[in-house]
This record gives sequence, structure tokens and C-alpha cells, in this order.
Amino acid sequence: MAAPAVKVTAKDFTSDQDVRWCPGCGDYSILANVQRVMPELGVPRENVVFVSGIGCSSRFPYYMNTYGFHTIHGRAPAFATGIKASRPELSVWIVTGDGDGLSIGGNHLIHTIRRNVDTQILLFNNRIYGLTKGQYSPTSQMGLKTKSTPQGSIDHPLDPIAFALGCGATFIARTIDVDAKHMQEILTRAHQHKGTAFIEILQNCPVFNDGIWEEMQDRKTRATSTIVLEQGQPLVFGTPDARKGIVLKNGEPTVIDLAAGDDPIAKGVVVHDERAKTASYAGMLATLQRPDFPMPVGVFRAVEKATYEDMLQSQVDSAIKQRGKGDLKALLHSGDTWQI
Amino acid sequence: MTTSHPSSSHKPIEQLTSVAIRFAGDSGDGMQITGSKFTDETALFGNDLSTFPDFPAEIRAPAGTMAGVSGFQIHFSSQDIHTPADRPDVLIAFNPAALRGNANDVRPGGMIIINIDAFNQKSLTRAGYTSDPLPALRERYKLIEVPFTTLNRDALQGLDLSSREIDRCKNFFALGVLCWLYGRPMEATERWLATKFKGEILEGNVRTLRAGHAFGETTELFPASFVVPAAKIQPGTYRNITGNQAIAWGIVAAGVQMERDVFFGAYPITPASDVLHEVARYRHFGVKTFQAEDEIAAVSSSIGAAFAGQLAVTVSSGPGFVLKQEALGLAVMTELPLVAINVQRAGPSTGSPTKTEQGDLLSTLFGRHSQSPLPILAASTPGDCFYTTLEAFKLAVKYMTPVCVLSDGYIANSSEPWMIPDVDALERNPVRFAEPVEVGTFKPYSRDPQTLARPWAIPGTPGLEHRIGGLTKQDQTGNVSYDAENHGKMIALRKAKIENIANDLPPVEVDGPEKGELLVVGWGGTKGAITAAVEAARADGLSVSQIHLRHLNPFPTNLGDVLRRFKKVLLPELTDGHLALLLRAKYLVDVQSLSKIIGQPFKVSELVEAIRKIHGA
Repeated sequence: MAAPAVKVTAKDFTSDQDVRWCPGCGDYSILANVQRVMPELGVPRENVVFVSGIGCSSRFPYYMNTYGFHTIHGRAPAFATGIKASRPELSVWIVTGDGDGLSIGGNHLIHTIRRNVDTQILLFNNRIYGLTKGQYSPTSQMGLKTKSTPQGSIDHPLDPIAFALGCGATFIARTIDVDAKHMQEILTRAHQHKGTAFIEILQNCPVFNDGIWEEMQDRKTRATSTIVLEQGQPLVFGTPDARKGIVLKNGEPTVIDLAAGDDPIAKGVVVHDERAKTASYAGMLATLQRPDFPMPVGVFRAVEKATYEDMLQSQVDSAIKQRGKGDLKALLHSGDTWQI
Repeated sequence: MTTSHPSSSHKPIEQLTSVAIRFAGDSGDGMQITGSKFTDETALFGNDLSTFPDFPAEIRAPAGTMAGVSGFQIHFSSQDIHTPADRPDVLIAFNPAALRGNANDVRPGGMIIINIDAFNQKSLTRAGYTSDPLPALRERYKLIEVPFTTLNRDALQGLDLSSREIDRCKNFFALGVLCWLYGRPMEATERWLATKFKGEILEGNVRTLRAGHAFGETTELFPASFVVPAAKIQPGTYRNITGNQAIAWGIVAAGVQMERDVFFGAYPITPASDVLHEVARYRHFGVKTFQAEDEIAAVSSSIGAAFAGQLAVTVSSGPGFVLKQEALGLAVMTELPLVAINVQRAGPSTGSPTKTEQGDLLSTLFGRHSQSPLPILAASTPGDCFYTTLEAFKLAVKYMTPVCVLSDGYIANSSEPWMIPDVDALERNPVRFAEPVEVGTFKPYSRDPQTLARPWAIPGTPGLEHRIGGLTKQDQTGNVSYDAENHGKMIALRKAKIENIANDLPPVEVDGPEKGELLVVGWGGTKGAITAAVEAARADGLSVSQIHLRHLNPFPTNLGDVLRRFKKVLLPELTDGHLALLLRAKYLVDVQSLSKIIGQPFKVSELVEAIRKIHGA
């Protein structure tokens, strides 16, 4: 396909369907940012496929003017694997939520990430089931009272970042629904990454779990409640007059105060390396949770590994090179045959 | 490696029309290999044949126990045959457990060859015998006691092999004996051994095979050998084929005939895994096999590939197939082409994984929630699996629908001589996708007036960007719709689309009188047994007609007329009357169901008996 002559805009990626999320839902902001980033990625619209499962977030493909497949609960990664494995030239995006992706679809998420299928996985984490009207999800905090847990949830929550790390993800990031600039950066990086790019998006559900990420969303508190991960930069957060840093003491992350003139690196503050040789550093970052630590946002890990679809295609190519393009007649006559 | 076998035995040769032999031993004794090599030789010799491997689900149950007995039966003939035979004429039992599990099946007066070396107090006890069974067997059968273990060890003396390696060759000694006994050529086996083994192991197997042949010729245990002359079958080039292999080749052939790459998502399950194993070898046909994390991912990835424009297929068996039902419902809703093959096994639940059944017809038809119609085809013989698979792909793409194919554990593993089709004469159906259109004008749920199929619009085509999913679709646009009238309309459209396929199907052809006393109806893998029984009943002078259905949804348009032309209709099924229920409901015909659900195929004799009974003969 030749590049389009006219400049493509977010509007070109907007379908004619009315968006039907609740007023104030974090999904609106995510949709807007995805539509805004798309023209910048340089992929012709017809080569983009959005795949989703079931849940509020999974309505996403209907609102994108690309190819889209709203599938069944939890299975979007499996559908996406079939699409990408058979058509590696397509840009395949998976939209899922904490219930769809980590509960009913946990198995598919594990294996898609492990295989390093070159897709972008956007996991909208609002720590609640929205479309079924407010039951606790695998990321809900202990004790959360919901319709299905009137005495409070007794499930230990799952951390999406640690989960993705455990699956061997080659790209892991976290961003926030309301932080447009940051989200666009992360979406662009995720698209550029060759392999599975897993993004946890902290997303607010104003109806069933309102304010769950408020500290991180609110510009007034964001500086102290989050730490922005930047390659080669020390893990420093806080306001300019109350800077803090993360150091390791006996291997455990610890927050220290930094005085005005302190050089964080000289003070032992950890320097961020998304390309660390092992996943243990990113694992440490994943343990940074509120209220004891600031919540990291940005790219936790970005490393190279062969992708599933490339290896599969190269097996096809090498088989053809070694044996020639398949000959059906020869196949049917292979082995012992006899004439009557 | 070339070899010549002295064929000029001094012993007399008796001519037989057909023989059924069963090999039985521990699952580690190589019974399946021995049986399949004897089969290959028999096929090359030119007999018609039918085989039935019967093995336990356990890979290696404790040696010498009943649980570990593995069997392989071959029926070969100078005439046209349809089944592996109800009862073997000859049993080769490698140990007491194999004897105990199989001796009662042998035709009275038949031959039982035992490995007498394996018979001692301990092994008899382990097999569950409380006394020596041999004296009683000598009364009823020609019992031949061959010290296979010792003879094999003697033959392999001097080779640099461990005693364990030597003992593992003994099944080929037995094969050599059988080859002499029935005048089978051994070249194919020797060629196969040369591809499988090398060095001393190859030498050992070949040497013991030949030693077995020589033993047969010289021993006084066998006073004569037998010949079963080649069968007169339709001229052509033949090969031996199992049902699973035929499905695999049908999948590969579909890609060639439809000029589109195949995507095959699967999860291992008995007895369907061999299809995956076979197709995985053919990447050079552009076929991509994908071993998914589970059955749901297997079907889901295939549906994804179908959306992306590939010929998509998934293959499983009962417990795995039911896991795919929700995704199949999505394929019905999104009207994407998919072939979903179920190699049925005995259930419910895990059931008996290696045993056969036809228990999944109703769940395939009705197992998804709500109204979820899709075409269902059933393969009737190992070779028919090839054509049924090809037809399934053709229907899936032509009508934009998932198509289910039912095979079963019996035809999956059984083999028969198969006339290799002329590839140039196979129908070619190149896939045609929707063409690019002006932006904003594409209607993903518009329909071909003839087939009612919607267009197959694949990613990468400018102007055809569209969204599909499981939510109710608006007619034409495919947009999400909550309109009540539209909902009903779409349900009706999908139903009409599938029912309309009947007009594309060949009419049912009656074998025998077009009308009359009795029609025997069958579907799927029971064809061989029913055909043999109908032929036997006719030979007894009974008027019997037969139809065998490949198309189970929709039914061929003339089926009702055909059923009503007979006074009585008998329907044997390896399930609890599934098709009988459907035919009775749809055509109000008094179909009499004959069910058998013990994990085993029909015996010809029990079908003949049922035919005689219904005839009042």
C-alpha cells in the first residue's frame, strides 16, 4: 500500500458508532489517546486489527475505524495469536481488562506473552468487574466489599506487572488513563517494540470502584504517589522541595530523603535500566506499591527476543527451501503404494 | 538391503478366502508395530483388508497385567471386505494376560499361537489365572506353543546388543513366522526397518524377522501354510491409510485445492493428536500448525486466522470438543469459515479415551447455547475422512460458516487400502475475498443471494475496515444492534443459510431396492459393519436396503421420501439413538434404534441378527 496522500488524523481512526461507556469512564481517555497515536505510527488503517474479549474495555474495537474483533470472554489473546501468526504484517492490538485478562483469560495471557507474539496488550485495570455490575476482580484489594463479597474480598490480589514478568514478557509498562502525554509515549513505545508489549493502564471506574487510582490520577498528588521510570535516570520522585529516592538495602527497596543539593546517584539511588539482563530488577519495581512506595509508571522492561510469528514463518520458509513447495501428488503417493 | 525368501516350501499350501489375525501383548511388546507391518505387507500383496488397533489409554501399564494388553486385528481377503472381522481366526498372544483378554474372541477351532516362554506360574497369576489355562484351550483351538523369546535370543547370538535390546526384537521373529504362514513378502518391512534403525539394532530386527520366517518353514508346529489370493479391486494406485492420516491429508489438500494457506490450531488429545502430528510435518505446504495452550485457544486462534483470511481448522475429541463450543458459537455469529473436527471417543467425561463411540452427534448439533446452526458431516471409512475433510472446507468457505466433521476412534486408527485420487481431477475451489471498495460503503453483513453467505473481508484490504463480534449484528452493516425485530431476522437468516445448504448436497442413494421391507440407515464409522451385515443378510435371501449418511445437518433433501418408502427402518449407532431421535422428530418415521455403547465397533454378526429379527426371519 502506498502511503495516503492526505494527512491521516485521529478522526480517520474513529468509527461511526456511538461510544457507550458510562459518563466519566477512564476508557474515554484511553480511546482518545489511542486514536491520537494511531496516525503517528505510520501503519495503514487497513493493516490494524483490534481484538478484545468481554467486558467494558472490550467494546473498544467497535469505536476504532480499523479491523476489529470483539471475541469471547478472556480469549482475545488466543484470537490475536491466530491472526498474527497467520498474517505477521498486521499490527495487532489486544484490549482487555483485569477480569477478562487475568481471571477467565489468565491462561491465554500467560501463553501469548510467553510466546512473545508481536502484539500490544492494553490491560485496563480498574480493579473491579464493571459490565456485570460490580463484583470484585483478581486485582481488587483484600477486604473490598462488593455485591459478591458483602463481608469483603478474601482473595489476595494479583499484580499485573509481576504477572507479565513471570510470563517472560519482553516489554512491560504502566500508564494512567488521565495522563495523555505519558500514555501516548507508552503506546508508541509499545508499538515500536518487536514482541509482546504488555501495558497496564490504571483506569478509573466511576460507577463501581470510583477513585481507586485517585492519588496517581490527581496532578496534585501524582509527584509523590508515582515514580516516573526513565531509562538511565535515578529512581527519584516527590516534589522539588521534598525529593526522595529509592535505594536498595540488603536487596530490599527503601525510600530515602534527598536534600536539595544531593546527587541521587552518589546517594545510592537506583538507576533505572529497562534493559537489565535479568528480570529481577523489574521484579523489584513491581513490588513498589502504595502506600509504602510510589507506584512506578513508564517502561519497566524492554528486551529483545525472537517473536513467535517470525519463528513460525521461518520454519515454513526453511521447509520450503529444503523440500520445495509442497506437492500434493507426491504426498499422496509417498511411502508404500501398489498398483492393481 | 535386498533379500530373497525361499518360497519353495515342502509343506502343503491351503487356499483361504479370508483370514483375521489378532496380535496381542503388553503395550510395550510392539503389537501395534507388528500389526501395522503385517498390514503393509498384506496391502502390497494385493488383498483387501481392514484393521482395528485396540490399545489401553495407559502408555505402559504394569507389565504382564490385563490393564497393559494392547491388540491389533487385521482382516484380509481375496474379496471385498468392510470390517476387521468379528472374531479372529488366529490369535498371537505374547503373554498370559494377552491370552486371557483375547482367547474367548477367537473363532472356535481357530488357531492360537502363544509365546510359551512367557508362561510361568508368576505370569499366569499376574494375568489373573488361578490354574493352567492351556489344557482347556487345547480342546477348543489349535494351540501352538512357540518359544519366541528363546528362538529370538538364539537368532541374535553374537550381536553386540544388551539382553533387553535383544528381547525387544522378538515381535519381529513372530512377524517372520506369520509372513511365512500366510505367504507375505517381507521387503516392505525390511525397508521400513532400515529407515527406523541402524547398526546392530537394525541387523537384529532383520535377522530375527528372517529367522522367524525360516522357523515357520522348518518347524513341525505348522504342518501347512496358507494363501489368501489377491483381491479383485478397482484398478488404480493404492496405499494403506488410517482415518487420522486421511484427515491430515485432507487438510493439506484443502490448502492446495483452495489456493490458500492453512492454519491449524490444536491441543493434544487422544485419539485426535495424530492428525496434528501428521500435519505438523507439512510446513512446506504453507501449513501453520499451532499447539495452543488449551482447547479453547486452539479453536480461538483458528477463528482468528479465519478472520485474517486463512483456511482454518481445529481438531479434537469429545472432552476437548465441548470446550470449543462457546467459540464455535462466535464463529456462527460472526459467520467465519472454520472446520472443526471431532474424532469421537467413548465418554462421558474422560471416559475411555482409546475406545470408540458416536456419542457427540447431538452435542455437536445442539451443544451451543441458543440457536446456533452449523453444518455437520460424518466420515464413514478411513479413506472417506479425506473427502469429508475436503468437503467441509468447501462448504465452510462457500457458505461462510463453521462446519463440524465427526470421525471416531475406530476409523481414526483403523486402516484400509485406499485408491489414491487423481490430484488433477480433484475439484479446485480458489478462495475469493471481498474486493476493496470506497470507504464507508462496505456492508460486512450483506449476503450473496444464492448462498446467503456474507463477504469474506480480510484485514489488509483498504476500505473494508469493519468490526465483528459476538453481539447481535444489525443486518447488512454488522453493527451492534439491540433491535428486537432485527434479532429475530438474523436468527432466521443464519438458519436459512444452513438449511439452504441441503440444495447443494447430493441426494441420498439407496443401496438395494428403492423401496420395500427394510432400510438400514447408518452414519459415520459404522459403514463397514453395516455394509457387511446387509450383504450377509441378502445372501440369506432377506430383502434389505441400505443408506449411509455423510450429511447430518442439513439432511439431504430426499431423505424423508427415502425413509417413508420402507416398511421398517433400522438405525444402528454406537450411541444412544442420536440420529434415530433426529429422524423420528424430523420425518415422523418409526425408526428403530439399535444402540451399542461399550467402546467397541459393531460386530457384523450382531447386526445380521438384528436384521433377521426385524425381518421376523
